[in-house]
Amino acid sequence: MQSKGRPYYLIPYYLWIALFVIAPVLLITYYSLFDLEGNLTLDNYANFFTPVYMRMMLNSFWYAFLITLFSLLVAYPAAYLLTRTKHKQLWLLLIILPTWINLLLKAYAFIGIFGTFGPINNFFDLLGIGEQQILFTGFSFVFVSVYIFIPFMILPIYSALEELNHSLVDAARDLGASGWTTFRRVIFPLTISGVRSGCMAVFIPALSLFMITRLIAGNRVITLGTAIEQHFLVTQDWGMGSTVAVFLIVIMALFMLLTGRSRKRGAA
Amino acid sequence: MRNKNKFANIYLVLVFVVLYAPIFYLMYYSFNSGGTMRDFEGFTLDYYREVFQDTRLIIIVINTLVIALLSSAIATLIAIFGALAIHHIRSRRAKNTLLSLNNVLIVSPDVIIGASFLILFTIAGIKLGFTSVLLSHVAFSIPIAVLMILPHLQDMSPTLTDAARDLGATRRDVLTKVILPIIKPGIFSGFFMALTYSLDDFAVTFFVTGNGYSTLSVEIYSRARQGVSLSINALSTLIFLFTILLVVGYYFLNRRKARPGAAIAEPAAELGVPR
Repeated sequence: MQSKGRPYYLIPYYLWIALFVIAPVLLITYYSLFDLEGNLTLDNYANFFTPVYMRMMLNSFWYAFLITLFSLLVAYPAAYLLTRTKHKQLWLLLIILPTWINLLLKAYAFIGIFGTFGPINNFFDLLGIGEQQILFTGFSFVFVSVYIFIPFMILPIYSALEELNHSLVDAARDLGASGWTTFRRVIFPLTISGVRSGCMAVFIPALSLFMITRLIAGNRVITLGTAIEQHFLVTQDWGMGSTVAVFLIVIMALFMLLTGRSRKRGAA
Repeated sequence: MRNKNKFANIYLVLVFVVLYAPIFYLMYYSFNSGGTMRDFEGFTLDYYREVFQDTRLIIIVINTLVIALLSSAIATLIAIFGALAIHHIRSRRAKNTLLSLNNVLIVSPDVIIGASFLILFTIAGIKLGFTSVLLSHVAFSIPIAVLMILPHLQDMSPTLTDAARDLGATRRDVLTKVILPIIKPGIFSGFFMALTYSLDDFAVTFFVTGNGYSTLSVEIYSRARQGVSLSINALSTLIFLFTILLVVGYYFLNRRKARPGAAIAEPAAELGVPR
């Protein structure tokens, strides 16, 4: 089985890699070199370095960073507490369950909840704060995104915590470390791989959430994802859209390289 | 200590409340005769009737299911061979390269996948619609299925296949009688993950659907952009109930079979986690 030639049944898999993994990257790069009229040009790249796109990129990364940070802040304690419950599997299942509801439906629910006459504003009214514009703001965008990503952050952290050897924690406590020190010096470093996976699972999709920016942020927040969607499906400027995509790919590759290296060290 | 526990419980309860609030909010208003998500006027099943009478919507639901089942089946089949290929490569470097290529689509943002597939299909002259959506779903489901199958292959003792070969089994026998039965749980979780990926996908499908063909998430998006309509609420209630049924079924199916609990922790641990 091991070495005798190339078995023919592997062909579909290699074909898939060639057609759907390698070719798309090449095609995106190729298209980024053409303008709207189909002329070969580097204008798209020059355009990308104008303030408009630079601001968009910073904006995009800033929001993705915020979304990742808040997801982590909420998810870590939740994952930790989950490992301590009875019937862990059941609770974990309940955490996963909402991810199987289409994310557009969840986003749609927030249109009602955050709306002018929604329950949050009713509550504000009750408190005497008065109605606030919640929908179509940066806040609502971050909130809904965090809401959607939380399970994806909890899961890897949960499994890292599950693998944690509890005698190490006990040892730290026996040697006189406080709860916080134990967490900071023992538990957190040992579960960092889960945190890293969680952050990757949130950060990268957070860069491309064009549907939530449209539905919840009302085009107030424009991210790289929104820009790509706009160029491809609305203005039909595939060249510029591809250019934005090329930059996103390059940045991601760098990002993966950086995190990948440190992960390898951790695994060895 | 007791105080601390109480705090912990409150925190967890809060997380669960927030996670489920929007879903129950949608369900609650699906029964509102007032027609808005504002004041609850009276109980009605009108919107459910509307959903069941909406032939366009029903066709879209069927489309979505067909695409999901078909693409997951094809993707899992290709993924089995992909996992075998990765498993059998000896050179560490080649193995890592193949594994990285495998994971590209998992870590890429959806918009980029969508946009690049749109270019690909346009160049290849494939008409946007059923075929393009099916091909994209197969394409982005393969890597996750591979990742679900691979650990089972690695856990398998190599002496088993050697023994089979020594006893005179052909290549095909080794594959169908030894390897496949051992990695079966991985194949099932791979299929299941592919199914959830396909059912949940919006961004990629949105790019490659073209006119006239639609899946549920694309349809919900276009309806939600037009504003609030309680038939979406009714639809989401139905989807939620259906999902619960699926999950409970999957849970008990796995529970009966293998180590209790492990069945769920496993896809959970793999879910969306790039390696």
